[in-house]
Amino acid sequence: MERQRVQELEAQCIEEQPPACTAGCPIHLDVRGMMDHLRKGDFASGFGIVARFLPFPSIVSRICDHPCELVCKRAEAGEPLRINDAERACVDHGFKASALPRPQRAQRKRRIAIVGAGLSGLTAAVDLGMKGYETVVFEAKPEVLGRIRDWKRPPLPASLIETDLEVLKTVGIVVRANTSVGDDEVTIASLVDDFDAIYLGLGSRPVLDHSIDLQLDESGRAVIDPLTFATSHPKVFAGGCHRYGPAVYSPIMSLHDGRYAAMSIDRMFQGASLSANRETQGPYQTRLFTKTSVYTALPAIVPAEMAQGYSAAEAVEEASRCFPCHCLECVKVCEYLAHYGSYPKRYIREIYNNDCIVMGAHKTNRMANTCSLCGLCEAVCPEHLPMAGFCQEARQSMVQKGKMQSSFHDFPLRDMAFSNSDAFAMARHQPGSTASAFLFFPGCQLAASSPDHVAAAYQYLGERLSGGVGLMLGCCGAPAHWGGREDLFQSALGTISAQWNDMGRPAIITACSSCYRVFKDNLPDLPVSSIWSVLDEIGLPPVTLGRNLQPLAIHDPCTTRQEEAVQKSVRNLLNHLGVSPIELNEPGLTTCCGFGGLMSFANPDVADKTVDRRAKDSDADYVTYCAMCRDNFARRGKPAMHILDLVFGKTENPAAREDPGFSRRQENRARLKNMLLREVWHEPMIDEQDLPELNVSPKVHALAEKRLILLSEVRDVIAHAETTSEKIRDSKSGHFIAAFRPHAVTYWVEYSLEGEGFAVHNVYSHRMKVGTDQPS
Amino acid sequence: MSDEQDQAPQFICGKCNIPLSMGKVSVAYMGNSFEVDLLRCPQCNLVLVPEDLALGKMLKVEQALEEK
Repeated sequence: MERQRVQELEAQCIEEQPPACTAGCPIHLDVRGMMDHLRKGDFASGFGIVARFLPFPSIVSRICDHPCELVCKRAEAGEPLRINDAERACVDHGFKASALPRPQRAQRKRRIAIVGAGLSGLTAAVDLGMKGYETVVFEAKPEVLGRIRDWKRPPLPASLIETDLEVLKTVGIVVRANTSVGDDEVTIASLVDDFDAIYLGLGSRPVLDHSIDLQLDESGRAVIDPLTFATSHPKVFAGGCHRYGPAVYSPIMSLHDGRYAAMSIDRMFQGASLSANRETQGPYQTRLFTKTSVYTALPAIVPAEMAQGYSAAEAVEEASRCFPCHCLECVKVCEYLAHYGSYPKRYIREIYNNDCIVMGAHKTNRMANTCSLCGLCEAVCPEHLPMAGFCQEARQSMVQKGKMQSSFHDFPLRDMAFSNSDAFAMARHQPGSTASAFLFFPGCQLAASSPDHVAAAYQYLGERLSGGVGLMLGCCGAPAHWGGREDLFQSALGTISAQWNDMGRPAIITACSSCYRVFKDNLPDLPVSSIWSVLDEIGLPPVTLGRNLQPLAIHDPCTTRQEEAVQKSVRNLLNHLGVSPIELNEPGLTTCCGFGGLMSFANPDVADKTVDRRAKDSDADYVTYCAMCRDNFARRGKPAMHILDLVFGKTENPAAREDPGFSRRQENRARLKNMLLREVWHEPMIDEQDLPELNVSPKVHALAEKRLILLSEVRDVIAHAETTSEKIRDSKSGHFIAAFRPHAVTYWVEYSLEGEGFAVHNVYSHRMKVGTDQPS
Repeated sequence: MSDEQDQAPQFICGKCNIPLSMGKVSVAYMGNSFEVDLLRCPQCNLVLVPEDLALGKMLKVEQALEEK
């Protein structure tokens, strides 16, 4: 995994972007955090935030021109939040002198002169003083903050101003009032000699003191760099109204100028670049997306006594209108992303760090392997961050580094190996044909779930399509691909590709959307169509079952997310079958059933949550066109049918069909192959072993399924125990307990003799190898 | 297991027809091995791993080793 690419992906996730209010605030006050406290009635903590950003909280919370409110997203659902009033409420109901920031103790040896004790000058003075610099303020008038003292809209109580000015004493700022810089005694030139840096907060008037060579604009004011607040003199910085002229006055922009000029002065002292990393200084437009259409429009809470500001109750009510702004579009729709309590940017970082660990625990392996790779997150992401592709890449990397837990994917990979063994895999031209214009590839899971439908579909395609319809049974390799096993995946593709060549490069017809996706994405030479498009074109066989169908909701498999033509064909077919399906969502926004990406093996609980959540989207029975989706719904008790149940099914209520489970899936595949060899090609069947009769109660069967133990493995254990006598007799129950380790797993079976066969009472397994003498 | 001697032995080796008894058994996973006390046949060393051990402590250790 390349670091740079990972950083680009991280940057695509916008959840950590600030909300619009904070980005729009010239000093980026944490409005969302403040509202969060207010909503809980915690005014003290709300004040803590206000005081952290505002050097004069009582004053600024009353006079701020609040550009934040112009960009508040609440405006899209009612009226914007009255952020400024809420801020004032923090001060009115939560002020605590002890919550005010304290200056750092270490004194620094630099001295700064501030000329002009307006908001910008005093902000610069406080910010620099807080950092331990010696700061002297020169003010021509007898008192500081003259403009604020004359404030008329409405006037500010003098006591409130004095409260805020306490900070000057706390920080140790020296104020030299009645000192006009430019007089004979003190000039800018003398300050330049006596101090290490100067900040000019001269107000909108021109520079009258020409004691130093300062570049001025046509109105006589200093030319100021809007990013660094530097002037043409390296020691002199300036800002505030001096930058804007007399026409406008924005208290918050004055504060902004003082603050960022102070930052420049500090940077100059540190020898750091004045201009680096300041892209998001001042107001800017956030990239954060917030879906506001889901919120009910609400009007603003207006203070009953406007001059008094919000009562505590009013402030809480107003803060409760804050959504608050977050993106989390992907997290809202995905159980996997929600499960780990964060969002993709953090997940990407954690998975990448996990990938880089040389020594120590790989704690995030399971996280990277829980993603279903369904791509819904990418579809809903405003920036289309490809999380699934990243997780897949992480898995490949884990495999390459030997860090993939074998327990995650052992079972599905063995199942894939079974499907590509002689027990199931085969390729034949149509009986009586020596060439194939078409090749039907039903996939391993439809064969596992509905072997009869595969046989019926093959027969129908053979009748309707000319030029010969061959059949290829096997697995497309998707499980290996999902599990990061590119070696196994490429090997499976290679076999399929070679057989397809041998059969004369026929057009492939898939019945599984995962196979379809795999071929389309990885074998571009193979002409592949979905059986649904083919059936839509050639028409369905006459369906004679006069079922009285309940309304059905359609679940599109996640692997068809981008296949609009396939989705459309399926709907056409359903219409022909007399079904007008209920749409659960736009087909492109379909969800995973919990099987995708092998999530159900790496993290069964999240997989169950995924399928259960989907099952709740509608009370109607579901119809789908992926056997795995259908069986997963059935496994969790959601009535669901496969579209082929409606075409070839013989049961009255196909939605009630049980999940066959893992054992029967393999048996069904083997049975299908034998049935086709016998009945279609009239060839000898694969030898069926003389298997002992097993009596497995539904309870034990369910346990075996949950513990990923196949009945064939149970048989192997018993056969081993009975031929070698390596078994333990439990004298209490009279049962035998025996183990067998055919591969990396030791299977234990508790059983007893029952007639000609065996009753199975319990099954479990472990991966550790026990005892050197134990059969292995 | 302390009162095991007082009772009739529960688990009997099917091969040797003698009771299992506690003994040191080596368990190994992913290149790590340990010795643990388990019921085993004193004669042929056939070991019994009970369900609660396999699905409890053993699984936890397996998962911890897999993460390494």
